[in-house]
Amino acid sequence: MLELRDVSKVVGGKHHLSDISLTLQHATLNVLLGPTLSGKTSLMRIMAGLDVPTSGSVWFDGKDVTGIPVQKRSVAMVYQQFINYPAFTVYENIASPMRVAGLDAKTIDREVRKAAELLKLTPYLDRTPLNLSGGQQQRTALARAIVKNAKLVLLDEPLANLDYKLREELRQELPKIFAESGTIFVYATTEPHEALLLGGNTATLAEGRITQFGPTIDVFRRPDDLITAQTFADPPLNTIALAKFGKAFQLEGGVTLPVPPHLADFADGTYTIGFQPHHVETTRAHPDEIALKATVTATEITGSESFVHLSFADARWTMLTHGIHIYAPDEQIDIFIDPRNLMIFDAAGNSVTRGQKRAA
Amino acid sequence: MARIDLNHIRHAYVPNPKSDKDYALKEVHHSWEDGGAYALLGPSGCGKTTLLNIISGLLHPSHGQLLFDGEDVTNLSTQERNIAQVFQFPVIYDTMTVYDNLAFPLRNRGVPAAEVDRKVKETLEMIDLASWANKKARGLTADQKQKISLGRGLVRSDVNAILFDEPLTVIDPHMKWVLRSQLKVLHQRFGYTMVYVTHDQTEALTFAQKVVVMYDGEIVQIGTPEELFERPKHTFVGYFIGSPGMNVMPVEIESGAARIGEHQIQLPSPAAPIGGKVELGIRPEYVRLGRLGMPVQIAKVEDIGRHKIVRTRLGTQEIAVIVGEGQEIPAEPHIAFDPKGINIYADSWRVGGN
Amino acid sequence: MDKTWNNKAWFMVLPVLLLVAFSAVIPLMTVVNYSVQDTFGNNQFFWAGTEWYEEILHSDRFHAALGRNLVFSFIILAIEVPLGIVIALNMPRRGWGVPVCLVLMALPLLIPWNVVGTIWQVFGRNDIGLLGHTLESLGIKYNYVQNPLHAWFTVIIMDVWHWTSLVVLLCYAGLVSIPDAFYQAAKIDGASRWAVFRYIQLPKMNRVLLIAVLLRFMDSFMIYTEPFVVTGGGPGNSTTFLSIDLVKIAIGQFDLGPAAAMSIIYFLIILLLSWIFYTVMTNYDAER
Repeated sequence: MLELRDVSKVVGGKHHLSDISLTLQHATLNVLLGPTLSGKTSLMRIMAGLDVPTSGSVWFDGKDVTGIPVQKRSVAMVYQQFINYPAFTVYENIASPMRVAGLDAKTIDREVRKAAELLKLTPYLDRTPLNLSGGQQQRTALARAIVKNAKLVLLDEPLANLDYKLREELRQELPKIFAESGTIFVYATTEPHEALLLGGNTATLAEGRITQFGPTIDVFRRPDDLITAQTFADPPLNTIALAKFGKAFQLEGGVTLPVPPHLADFADGTYTIGFQPHHVETTRAHPDEIALKATVTATEITGSESFVHLSFADARWTMLTHGIHIYAPDEQIDIFIDPRNLMIFDAAGNSVTRGQKRAA
Repeated sequence: MARIDLNHIRHAYVPNPKSDKDYALKEVHHSWEDGGAYALLGPSGCGKTTLLNIISGLLHPSHGQLLFDGEDVTNLSTQERNIAQVFQFPVIYDTMTVYDNLAFPLRNRGVPAAEVDRKVKETLEMIDLASWANKKARGLTADQKQKISLGRGLVRSDVNAILFDEPLTVIDPHMKWVLRSQLKVLHQRFGYTMVYVTHDQTEALTFAQKVVVMYDGEIVQIGTPEELFERPKHTFVGYFIGSPGMNVMPVEIESGAARIGEHQIQLPSPAAPIGGKVELGIRPEYVRLGRLGMPVQIAKVEDIGRHKIVRTRLGTQEIAVIVGEGQEIPAEPHIAFDPKGINIYADSWRVGGN
Repeated sequence: MDKTWNNKAWFMVLPVLLLVAFSAVIPLMTVVNYSVQDTFGNNQFFWAGTEWYEEILHSDRFHAALGRNLVFSFIILAIEVPLGIVIALNMPRRGWGVPVCLVLMALPLLIPWNVVGTIWQVFGRNDIGLLGHTLESLGIKYNYVQNPLHAWFTVIIMDVWHWTSLVVLLCYAGLVSIPDAFYQAAKIDGASRWAVFRYIQLPKMNRVLLIAVLLRFMDSFMIYTEPFVVTGGGPGNSTTFLSIDLVKIAIGQFDLGPAAAMSIIYFLIILLLSWIFYTVMTNYDAER
């Protein structure tokens, strides 16, 4: 069990990490999701023991390991860049951590072949990394991390430099590989889609803080606050300010709507509503759906789906719908949103709809 | 802006190429319309960057000609071709202000100061950087720098084409959406001829009117996003586009039906017997999971929020299925193929289907 | 936990601290000690206060040598920096030419100072030296032993030959780190050769150029061995730089007090000028 207690990191007066408390269990996959500079790498460096936190402590299996350097911990890391020993063959690259650990030749051979099989590297064992494709180089780095049998494996955007399709393949294999060891895996990414595909648990990071931690799909579906919802949305979350007076919602831009029945209990005041692009429809499925008129700015088609960029008052929204919908720029269209899919956040950004049941 | 003609272009990096294998780019012969938005899509090493470099003038093709609006530009330098390019990593003149960055290509061409000022201000509006005009370019974020790179092309009225070489690589996912839609709007409004190189299908499909799918030095298909999705000409296109890609399984064709193991699938149009390796391709979006059809086992369910990817097994064949956000997965799962989504391939090339 | 970690770190730095103390701080303090005392040998010291400093600062001989140093460093920088940049710009970026050029460039740097002096001493002689003899046969009466101008010319050429390579190598390192995309973008923008240099190459070389200027300034300001070997500070005092003068006072005349004071002043001048160079160049950098 890896435990961070109130960890902060201040560098040159700037808070890279603030009050991070996080507990990661053995045999779990944990995704750190956040944009560039949100603190993912700083946090991983502290987990690894490459950095010492400015305040707070790091505990591993009940022992305080805060000041213990990385060499004395059981940690493996995989980076965005493909880092292998260029002069070694793939075989020797994978074997290297076990040679350092002084294992016998037979065990090493067995483990190397097992890892190579798992990561589909068996045909390339005699090659040097420079004669491999990017995907194979990263597989080698992954294999090396796995054979090390470390208690903690940190992966810092390991697929970012790979082709889209290679990413898709490895993403699908990684959870299987992870599932077979009792290790704590920590995986940093900027892409919400990647977090969802990997599953496991996700911690969303924004400006050096963990905004939420829990099973990935729960964090995605039921974010605690606005910043989490925004971090975990791709395409970006649609938002708009709203004021509630008695039985009426007034949206920014002047449109007034009746308050949906399941939201009637809310106190009057100002809120922000957020809803996912795929919850915006062009046809009305239920009579109680909210209908709005929005202006099209651009349409993007992926073959099976359309991303329609909309403007509504001052807000910029995206609609993600099935099928091909081509709209002219500046066209006014009707859009429909099931009120049960609305996430409502108070002035402080906290979700007030979190406990509610969502629409199918 | 210009129409681009690629006349029998081939390129080899090795001197004296002999066999087809020596060519990084095999025979490309196409005409790209004036004002079109084209994406070159393919895995690394497929020749897409080679083709882009031939268009930009960085590479001289081993064979063939390149025409802009009918004029042979094969032997012209990059400068003389009047093109603009946005690179993978932002290229800006970081000692200059944003304004001077945009003015640079005009001043180099001796455009009068008043005209420079007018064009630069206009372009700054277009790329939403008007309020940053007097800031030093070095302090900007990656997405703003990429907009400056683009702006340096937009500011010139004489550009034949704007080329993009994986321009969103260093941009965070959220900003990718914003930049892409701005690019789309610029294209709609001003009708630039654009060529966009990427390995990312989402970028290619959303950006382009026509996507050029490349594989192993060849163009395998040019089509609209819809065509590539519905009727991939080659199983590679089926695999490369869509996530997950198309399910492709070996079948036998018998009297207008395809046979997988003991299951018969009626084909929409009666197909004649085909020789060679025959395969059926169907996208996960067109496989229905329910209580009717062929019984399958479920290997894994990936809930990715807006839908679920269900990995099923039909005998030894893995078939991916996409099901909606709230849809239940039945206890005794069966799958059926929507006839609309069936494609038949012989030796990997499409021969029939819907 | 945190504390032990930190203590250990200090322990690791200790050897370096000791080394610096013995190699720099303690000798410097000894010099400071000499500079404020007078001695007549026999280890007898008398307090002299700032007397030596005043004497040095008012000495015409010191002013003349300082002037020579400033002129020399200025000329050296004015020749070596632009020349180094020009050579670096024209060196090949890839292919077999790269190692060849790099080795050729590194050669002068590998030769010891006094050997460089001796080489040029012989090279410039008008009876057997290639340079001297050639000039002689062209009708130019070249004699660095008697003509102060010729002596300066020889020392400067010698330094340029010896040290321009350093500037070249530093600039080259800066140049090769510029991605190709920048040059391509400049071509597309229709930039002239000069614009490419001014807006891409120079800004990217800025850091290494700062190092080159500082190194070359400090080194040329402290020049000793080569003129000592070639001209011995002459003819007259025309190539007597501060370092040569310092040695004359300290060892030739055995005036330890004034020599120590001069050393300190010399040291402070170098420190001050280097600091000015550094601030001006980094500020310019930050402003841009």
